[in-house]
Amino acid sequence: MGESILEVKGLKVYYYTREGVVRAVDNVDFFMEKGETVGLVGESGSGKSTLGFSILKLIPPPGKIVDGKIIFDGIDLTELDEKEMREIRGKRISMVFQDPMTSLNPLMKIGDHLVETIMTHEEVTREEAEERALALLRDVGIMPDRFHDYPHQFSGGMRQRVMIALALALNPDIVIADEPTSALDVIVQFQILDLMERLKKQYNVGMIFISHDISVVAEISDKIALMYAGQIVEYANAIPFFEEHLHPYAELLLQSVPNIELSDQKLKYIPGLPPDLLHPPSGCRFHPRCPYAESICKEKDPPLLEINTGHFVKCFRYK
Amino acid sequence: MTSLRIYVVRRILLAIPTILILLTIVFVVMRVAGDPVSAILGGHAPAEQIERIKEQLGLNKPLYVQYLEYLWQLFHGDLGRSMIWGRRPVLVEILEHFPATLELSISAFIVSIFIGIITGVHSARNYNKPTDHMLRLYGIVTYALFIPWIGLILQLIFGVYLGWLPTSGRIDTLMEPKHITGLYVLDSILTLNIPSLISAIRHLILPSITLGIYLSGIYTRLTRSNMLEILRKDFITAAKARGLPEDTIIYKHALKNAFIPILTMMGLQFALLLAGAVLTETTFSWPGMGTFLAERIFYRDYTTVQGTIVFFALLVVSVSLIIDILYAYIDPRIRY
Repeated sequence: MGESILEVKGLKVYYYTREGVVRAVDNVDFFMEKGETVGLVGESGSGKSTLGFSILKLIPPPGKIVDGKIIFDGIDLTELDEKEMREIRGKRISMVFQDPMTSLNPLMKIGDHLVETIMTHEEVTREEAEERALALLRDVGIMPDRFHDYPHQFSGGMRQRVMIALALALNPDIVIADEPTSALDVIVQFQILDLMERLKKQYNVGMIFISHDISVVAEISDKIALMYAGQIVEYANAIPFFEEHLHPYAELLLQSVPNIELSDQKLKYIPGLPPDLLHPPSGCRFHPRCPYAESICKEKDPPLLEINTGHFVKCFRYK
Repeated sequence: MTSLRIYVVRRILLAIPTILILLTIVFVVMRVAGDPVSAILGGHAPAEQIERIKEQLGLNKPLYVQYLEYLWQLFHGDLGRSMIWGRRPVLVEILEHFPATLELSISAFIVSIFIGIITGVHSARNYNKPTDHMLRLYGIVTYALFIPWIGLILQLIFGVYLGWLPTSGRIDTLMEPKHITGLYVLDSILTLNIPSLISAIRHLILPSITLGIYLSGIYTRLTRSNMLEILRKDFITAAKARGLPEDTIIYKHALKNAFIPILTMMGLQFALLLAGAVLTETTFSWPGMGTFLAERIFYRDYTTVQGTIVFFALLVVSVSLIIDILYAYIDPRIRY
């Protein structure tokens, strides 16, 4: 496959709260290639959003990157200062947020958001920036006459289109999409997914698509990274992941997705609760809920191993 | 018509009942507050003289006629005549003293906003660090200070010990610029009178800082808390994720959003500004409305006091009207 654009090595992101240290991302390794889409799936609180934000070094306090490297296009982002990070943010790695209703400045015209972003990173005149902003809005399906409208005059779906245009404004290498469709209703969700898929090809960008909804991720991803309790437990190409998933958590998770074609089906769920990351379980973090757990799972943390080519899993059942 | 224009017209129409209620309250309070006739004549005047004065002042007519006449006069811009010193029109007297107060208020207002916003933003940027704690203390302490005390301290340091600045009056004797607006700084600029300008500014510094410091604390605290709230919003994170420079995010995105409550406070503070100006004026022998009003209350000059209160009330209403229009200008969501 193509060349690697992003490599995360041994990343640890902890939140230092009053109650103690929350290990939101704990020893995560993963990589992505240019132009590919990685779906980052996991339950709420599994650390997937924290992982997304840490790539841009935008973890809200009291969160901190404690250890590890984030190598983007040969540069270790953890070594960069704020000023150097600003050159990366928006221009080379950009972000689409979960809630489009609150992600735009309510006092700023839609078009000015785009113009400001373009002019921050590139030496262009206002006229040139406006022209590019109009082209971007056209690409995401917004009429040019809405350039001077304010965010409150837009619906949620339309605002998310604006956020996508903003993320693509400088033709970045990677777009991190943090639950971009979760706050939208189902019909709009599919329109936005379609749009993202089309633009991903048109702009040739890589994407990290974060979602708790495995069916949404399945639509769009080339690769799947499954997160559980701050760790990646399985990482594979999308088709092998859905057909020959290895980790017990993946198995239970996929079984719990309801199938519309089978009637009379009882909803399946995974027994137990996601662990409290203040006091994570010993050994493998999934062992209290795992039907295959053995004594070793309680004692030791399994390594993430490549079982088949490009198919990684973190479980003692595979050696 | 644009939505902004409709909003402005609607807001102006809404100010009319507010003004009517205000004028009625002033009328009622002035009738309750005491007897102007005995204030003029003293307690033991003969009955026919009392009747004559009552007739002169229109106090012998039924109350509703007095009320309507009072409104009718105000409607024509007539605030009545003073009861003492040659019965000069109240409006003329007010207009003589008001420019001094306006000049002091404007510059104190600018000083307070400037100090308040800078300290507030700085405090929020350094959230929970020593700078933040110091500035929060500043915000509380200044609010508890007494204006004449701040004034005396400043007079002592900069006027007496250092001798840098004058401690009383508006301008050096015989330096008054040609009267255009009555604001000495503005008039000096308009007539290109540099020595007057310097003298006027030097006299203005201590009183404006006194009043400015007193009023700034509330802006410090308000700016800080609003900035902290806004800086937590998603659109700020989104702006950071687009790589915008920190100053752009703080001043263009955050401060503008945090500004609406600050603007509200400016409107509310306006009444306090006028009250504070009264105290500052007496401390610095500033010949404005405060000194004037205090003097006329002392002499029981009812018509002048009533006229001055009406004048202040109308001023406060107009300022809040202007503030409301500014909201709509800043925040497009308010127009709808």
